[in-house]
Amino acid sequence: MKLSLPDSLLRDKSSGWCPGCGHGIITRMVAEAVEELGLEENFILCTDVACGALAAYVTKWNVIGAAHGRTIIAAAGAKRVRPDQIVLAAPGDGSAYSIGIESTIHCALRNENILALVVNNCVFGMTGGQMSPESLPGQKTTSSPFGRDPARNGAPFDVVKTLGSYDIAYLARGSVSSPANVIRTGKMIRKALQKQLDGQGFCLLEILSPCPTNWGFPDDRAGKALDYMRQQQEVFYPLGEFIDKEGSKDA
Amino acid sequence: MSKAVLNDKKCKGCFLCASVCPKNALSDSGRINEKGYKIVALDTEKCIGCGACYRMCPDWAFEIVD
Repeated sequence: MKLSLPDSLLRDKSSGWCPGCGHGIITRMVAEAVEELGLEENFILCTDVACGALAAYVTKWNVIGAAHGRTIIAAAGAKRVRPDQIVLAAPGDGSAYSIGIESTIHCALRNENILALVVNNCVFGMTGGQMSPESLPGQKTTSSPFGRDPARNGAPFDVVKTLGSYDIAYLARGSVSSPANVIRTGKMIRKALQKQLDGQGFCLLEILSPCPTNWGFPDDRAGKALDYMRQQQEVFYPLGEFIDKEGSKDA
Repeated sequence: MSKAVLNDKKCKGCFLCASVCPKNALSDSGRINEKGYKIVALDTEKCIGCGACYRMCPDWAFEIVD
Protein backbone atom coordinates (compact mmCIF):
# COMPACT_ATOMS: atom_id res chain seq x y z
CA MET A 1 0.00 0.00 0.00
CA LYS A 2 1.28 3.45 -0.93
CA LEU A 3 -0.20 6.67 0.36
CA SER A 4 1.08 10.11 -0.52
CA LEU A 5 -0.33 13.61 -0.62
CA PRO A 6 -2.37 14.69 -3.65
CA ASP A 7 -0.55 17.12 -5.98
CA SER A 8 -3.04 19.92 -5.34
CA LEU A 9 -1.69 20.36 -1.79
CA LEU A 10 1.53 22.25 -1.09
CA ARG A 11 3.83 19.64 0.45
CA ASP A 12 6.55 21.90 1.73
CA LYS A 13 4.40 24.55 3.32
CA SER A 14 3.23 24.30 6.90
CA SER A 15 -0.44 25.04 7.47
CA GLY A 16 -1.65 27.75 9.87
CA TRP A 17 -3.98 25.53 11.89
CA CYS A 18 -3.45 24.74 15.57
CA PRO A 19 -1.96 21.34 16.50
CA GLY A 20 -4.59 18.61 16.23
CA CYS A 21 -7.10 20.66 14.22
CA GLY A 22 -9.44 18.63 12.03
CA HIS A 23 -9.32 21.11 9.14
CA GLY A 24 -6.04 19.65 7.90
CA ILE A 25 -7.51 16.14 7.73
CA ILE A 26 -10.62 17.42 5.95
CA THR A 27 -8.63 19.47 3.40
CA ARG A 28 -6.56 16.39 2.56
CA MET A 29 -9.73 14.29 2.13
CA VAL A 30 -11.19 16.92 -0.23
CA ALA A 31 -7.93 16.97 -2.22
CA GLU A 32 -8.00 13.18 -2.54
CA ALA A 33 -11.62 13.21 -3.74
CA VAL A 34 -10.86 16.01 -6.23
CA GLU A 35 -7.84 14.12 -7.57
CA GLU A 36 -9.76 10.86 -7.85
CA LEU A 37 -12.53 12.52 -9.89
CA GLY A 38 -9.95 14.45 -11.99
CA LEU A 39 -11.36 17.88 -11.12
CA GLU A 40 -8.13 19.75 -10.22
CA GLU A 41 -8.44 22.21 -13.12
CA ASN A 42 -12.17 22.86 -12.65
CA PHE A 43 -12.50 23.23 -8.92
CA ILE A 44 -13.40 26.32 -6.89
CA LEU A 45 -13.09 26.35 -3.12
CA CYS A 46 -15.20 28.98 -1.42
CA THR A 47 -13.83 29.64 2.06
CA ASP A 48 -15.14 31.49 5.05
CA VAL A 49 -13.30 34.12 7.11
CA ALA A 50 -12.65 31.74 10.02
CA CYS A 51 -10.25 28.79 10.42
CA GLY A 52 -11.32 27.12 7.16
CA ALA A 53 -9.87 30.06 5.21
CA LEU A 54 -6.34 28.89 6.06
CA ALA A 55 -6.83 26.15 3.44
CA ALA A 56 -6.30 28.84 0.79
CA TYR A 57 -2.59 29.06 1.71
CA VAL A 58 -1.78 25.37 1.38
CA THR A 59 -3.75 24.36 -1.74
CA LYS A 60 -3.38 25.10 -5.44
CA TRP A 61 -7.10 25.45 -6.22
CA ASN A 62 -9.02 28.53 -7.24
CA VAL A 63 -10.26 30.06 -4.00
CA ILE A 64 -12.96 32.63 -3.27
CA GLY A 65 -12.77 34.22 0.17
CA ALA A 66 -16.36 35.04 1.03
CA ALA A 67 -17.61 37.33 3.78
CA HIS A 68 -18.25 35.62 7.09
CA GLY A 69 -21.44 33.57 6.97
CA ARG A 70 -21.87 34.13 3.24
CA THR A 71 -19.80 31.19 2.05
CA ILE A 72 -22.65 29.03 0.80
CA ILE A 73 -24.43 31.87 -0.99
CA ALA A 74 -21.16 33.01 -2.63
CA ALA A 75 -20.54 29.44 -3.79
CA ALA A 76 -24.06 29.30 -5.22
CA GLY A 77 -23.34 32.52 -7.14
CA ALA A 78 -20.04 31.15 -8.44
CA LYS A 79 -21.81 27.99 -9.62
CA ARG A 80 -24.50 30.01 -11.43
CA VAL A 81 -21.98 32.06 -13.42
CA ARG A 82 -19.56 29.17 -13.98
CA PRO A 83 -21.69 26.03 -14.24
CA ASP A 84 -18.71 24.19 -15.77
CA GLN A 85 -16.81 24.44 -12.46
CA ILE A 86 -17.21 22.22 -9.41
CA VAL A 87 -17.84 24.48 -6.43
CA LEU A 88 -17.33 23.57 -2.79
CA ALA A 89 -18.28 25.86 0.06
CA ALA A 90 -16.34 25.21 3.27
CA PRO A 91 -17.94 27.12 6.16
CA GLY A 92 -17.67 26.24 9.83
CA ASP A 93 -20.60 25.57 12.13
CA GLY A 94 -20.83 29.17 13.32
CA SER A 95 -20.88 30.46 9.76
CA ALA A 96 -23.31 27.96 8.27
CA TYR A 97 -25.73 27.59 11.19
CA SER A 98 -25.65 30.92 12.97
CA ILE A 99 -24.49 33.92 10.95
CA GLY A 100 -25.30 32.34 7.59
CA ILE A 101 -28.28 30.14 8.49
CA GLU A 102 -30.53 32.01 6.06
CA SER A 103 -28.24 31.31 3.10
CA THR A 104 -27.95 27.66 4.10
CA ILE A 105 -31.73 27.24 4.24
CA HIS A 106 -32.55 29.23 1.13
CA CYS A 107 -29.84 27.55 -0.96
CA ALA A 108 -31.34 24.24 0.15
CA LEU A 109 -34.85 25.45 -0.77
CA ARG A 110 -33.60 26.51 -4.22
CA ASN A 111 -31.66 23.23 -4.50
CA GLU A 112 -28.52 25.03 -5.71
CA ASN A 113 -26.12 22.59 -7.36
CA ILE A 114 -23.20 22.99 -4.90
CA LEU A 115 -21.61 21.06 -2.07
CA ALA A 116 -21.64 22.71 1.35
CA LEU A 117 -19.01 21.06 3.53
CA VAL A 118 -19.72 22.24 7.06
CA VAL A 119 -16.93 21.65 9.56
CA ASN A 120 -18.60 21.28 12.94
CA ASN A 121 -16.23 21.67 15.89
CA CYS A 122 -18.89 22.92 18.34
CA VAL A 123 -17.21 26.31 18.99
CA PHE A 124 -16.35 29.58 17.26
CA GLY A 125 -12.71 28.58 16.84
CA MET A 126 -10.82 31.55 15.43
CA THR A 127 -12.33 34.17 17.72
CA GLY A 128 -11.27 32.30 20.86
CA GLY A 129 -13.66 29.40 21.46
CA GLN A 130 -16.99 31.07 22.17
CA MET A 131 -20.24 29.09 22.29
CA SER A 132 -21.65 28.38 18.83
CA PRO A 133 -25.13 27.07 17.93
CA GLU A 134 -23.57 23.59 17.82
CA SER A 135 -22.02 23.63 21.30
CA LEU A 136 -23.21 20.62 23.27
CA PRO A 137 -25.41 20.97 26.37
CA GLY A 138 -23.04 21.40 29.31
CA GLN A 139 -20.05 22.21 27.11
CA LYS A 140 -17.73 24.77 28.67
CA THR A 141 -16.62 27.51 26.31
CA THR A 142 -15.13 30.95 26.89
CA SER A 143 -18.60 32.53 26.71
CA SER A 144 -20.31 29.76 28.72
CA PRO A 145 -17.76 29.04 31.48
CA PHE A 146 -20.28 27.04 33.54
CA GLY A 147 -21.39 24.94 30.57
CA ARG A 148 -24.10 25.54 27.99
CA ASP A 149 -27.51 25.61 29.62
CA PRO A 150 -30.26 24.76 27.06
CA ALA A 151 -32.86 26.55 29.23
CA ARG A 152 -30.90 29.78 29.01
CA ASN A 153 -28.98 29.47 25.73
CA GLY A 154 -31.38 27.37 23.66
CA ALA A 155 -30.95 23.87 22.29
CA PRO A 156 -28.14 23.05 19.86
CA PHE A 157 -29.01 23.30 16.18
CA ASP A 158 -29.35 19.96 14.42
CA VAL A 159 -29.10 20.37 10.65
CA VAL A 160 -30.66 16.98 10.03
CA LYS A 161 -33.87 17.96 11.81
CA THR A 162 -34.07 21.18 9.79
CA LEU A 163 -33.01 20.13 6.29
CA GLY A 164 -34.08 16.48 6.69
CA SER A 165 -37.44 17.02 5.04
CA TYR A 166 -36.19 19.29 2.22
CA ASP A 167 -35.98 18.24 -1.41
CA ILE A 168 -32.17 18.24 -1.68
CA ALA A 169 -29.73 15.76 -3.23
CA TYR A 170 -27.60 14.76 -0.27
CA LEU A 171 -27.47 15.29 3.49
CA ALA A 172 -24.94 13.39 5.56
CA ARG A 173 -22.78 13.66 8.63
CA GLY A 174 -19.25 12.28 8.89
CA SER A 175 -16.48 12.50 11.44
CA VAL A 176 -12.69 12.45 11.67
CA SER A 177 -12.51 10.78 15.08
CA SER A 178 -10.77 7.61 13.83
CA PRO A 179 -9.04 6.33 10.67
CA ALA A 180 -12.16 4.27 9.85
CA ASN A 181 -14.37 7.35 10.08
CA VAL A 182 -11.88 9.31 7.97
CA ILE A 183 -12.14 6.70 5.20
CA ARG A 184 -15.96 6.66 5.44
CA THR A 185 -16.16 10.46 5.35
CA GLY A 186 -13.78 10.59 2.37
CA LYS A 187 -16.24 8.38 0.48
CA MET A 188 -19.07 10.77 1.40
CA ILE A 189 -17.13 13.75 -0.04
CA ARG A 190 -16.47 11.82 -3.25
CA LYS A 191 -20.13 10.85 -3.52
CA ALA A 192 -21.32 14.43 -2.96
CA LEU A 193 -18.91 15.80 -5.60
CA GLN A 194 -20.12 13.13 -8.02
CA LYS A 195 -23.70 14.25 -7.36
CA GLN A 196 -22.71 17.80 -8.28
CA LEU A 197 -21.11 16.49 -11.49
CA ASP A 198 -24.40 14.73 -12.26
CA GLY A 199 -26.34 17.95 -11.57
CA GLN A 200 -28.47 16.47 -8.81
CA GLY A 201 -28.67 19.59 -6.62
CA PHE A 202 -27.79 20.80 -3.14
CA CYS A 203 -25.53 18.59 -1.06
CA LEU A 204 -24.71 19.32 2.58
CA LEU A 205 -22.09 17.26 4.34
CA GLU A 206 -21.37 18.06 7.97
CA ILE A 207 -18.07 16.78 9.32
CA LEU A 208 -17.52 16.59 13.07
CA SER A 209 -14.02 17.85 13.80
CA PRO A 210 -11.88 18.29 16.91
CA CYS A 211 -10.78 21.70 18.19
CA PRO A 212 -8.23 20.68 20.88
CA THR A 213 -7.14 24.27 21.55
CA ASN A 214 -10.60 25.55 22.43
CA TRP A 215 -11.84 22.34 24.04
CA GLY A 216 -9.01 22.49 26.57
CA PHE A 217 -6.84 19.67 25.20
CA PRO A 218 -3.77 21.59 24.07
CA ASP A 219 -0.80 20.24 22.19
CA ASP A 220 0.27 16.78 23.26
CA ARG A 221 -3.12 15.91 24.72
CA ALA A 222 -4.98 16.29 21.42
CA GLY A 223 -5.53 12.52 21.37
CA LYS A 224 -7.95 13.10 24.27
CA ALA A 225 -10.04 15.28 21.96
CA LEU A 226 -10.77 12.18 19.87
CA ASP A 227 -12.14 10.43 22.97
CA TYR A 228 -14.31 13.49 23.65
CA MET A 229 -15.60 13.31 20.07
CA ARG A 230 -16.52 9.64 20.35
CA GLN A 231 -18.10 9.93 23.79
CA GLN A 232 -19.92 13.26 23.47
CA GLN A 233 -20.04 14.78 20.00
CA GLU A 234 -20.91 11.64 18.02
CA VAL A 235 -23.51 10.59 20.58
CA PHE A 236 -25.31 13.92 20.32
CA TYR A 237 -24.88 14.23 16.54
CA PRO A 238 -25.30 10.73 15.07
CA LEU A 239 -23.30 9.93 11.92
CA GLY A 240 -24.75 8.65 8.69
CA GLU A 241 -26.47 9.53 5.44
CA PHE A 242 -29.91 11.05 5.91
CA ILE A 243 -30.87 12.09 2.38
CA ASP A 244 -29.42 10.35 -0.63
CA LYS A 245 -31.47 10.99 -3.74
CA GLU A 246 -30.80 8.65 -6.67
CA GLY A 247 -27.95 6.92 -4.86
CA SER A 248 -26.99 3.91 -2.85
CA LYS A 249 -26.90 3.94 0.95
CA ASP A 250 -23.53 2.27 1.39
CA ALA A 251 -20.95 5.02 1.87
CA MET B 1 6.43 -4.33 3.21
CA SER B 2 5.13 -0.77 3.27
CA LYS B 3 6.26 1.61 6.01
CA ALA B 4 5.41 5.09 7.21
CA VAL B 5 7.89 7.92 6.61
CA LEU B 6 7.77 10.86 9.00
CA ASN B 7 8.70 14.41 8.02
CA ASP B 8 9.16 15.83 11.51
CA LYS B 9 9.69 19.38 10.19
CA LYS B 10 5.92 19.50 9.59
CA CYS B 11 4.95 17.85 12.89
CA LYS B 12 3.15 20.07 15.39
CA GLY B 13 3.15 17.57 18.21
CA CYS B 14 -0.60 16.98 18.50
CA PHE B 15 -0.04 13.21 18.86
CA LEU B 16 -3.29 12.32 17.08
CA CYS B 17 -1.19 9.76 15.17
CA ALA B 18 0.11 8.17 18.37
CA SER B 19 -3.44 7.87 19.75
CA VAL B 20 -4.62 5.82 16.74
CA CYS B 21 -1.49 3.76 15.90
CA PRO B 22 -2.52 0.09 16.34
CA LYS B 23 1.10 -1.02 16.99
CA ASN B 24 2.18 1.81 19.30
CA ALA B 25 4.97 2.62 16.86
CA LEU B 26 4.61 6.35 17.52
CA SER B 27 5.59 8.01 20.77
CA ASP B 28 6.89 11.27 22.21
CA SER B 29 10.47 11.72 21.03
CA GLY B 30 11.31 14.22 23.76
CA ARG B 31 12.78 16.54 21.13
CA ILE B 32 11.46 19.75 19.63
CA ASN B 33 11.70 20.76 15.97
CA GLU B 34 12.91 24.04 14.50
CA LYS B 35 9.47 25.59 14.91
CA GLY B 36 9.45 24.77 18.61
CA TYR B 37 6.89 21.98 18.58
CA LYS B 38 7.34 18.72 20.46
CA ILE B 39 7.58 15.97 17.86
CA VAL B 40 6.72 12.28 17.62
CA ALA B 41 9.25 9.51 17.08
CA LEU B 42 8.49 6.70 14.64
CA ASP B 43 9.70 3.17 15.39
CA THR B 44 9.99 1.66 11.91
CA GLU B 45 10.52 -1.83 13.37
CA LYS B 46 7.01 -1.81 14.82
CA CYS B 47 5.36 -0.04 11.84
CA ILE B 48 3.15 -2.20 9.62
CA GLY B 49 2.31 0.57 7.11
CA CYS B 50 -1.44 0.52 7.82
CA GLY B 51 -1.82 4.23 7.01
CA ALA B 52 -3.68 5.22 10.20
CA CYS B 53 -1.14 7.99 10.92
CA TYR B 54 -1.31 9.26 7.33
CA ARG B 55 -5.10 9.52 7.57
CA MET B 56 -5.17 11.21 10.99
CA CYS B 57 -2.25 13.65 10.64
CA PRO B 58 -3.68 17.19 10.22
CA ASP B 59 -0.29 18.51 9.10
CA TRP B 60 0.44 15.95 6.40
CA ALA B 61 3.70 14.85 8.00
CA PHE B 62 3.39 11.19 6.97
CA GLU B 63 3.72 9.22 3.77
CA ILE B 64 3.36 5.49 3.32
CA VAL B 65 5.96 4.02 0.98
CA ASP B 66 6.55 0.48 -0.28
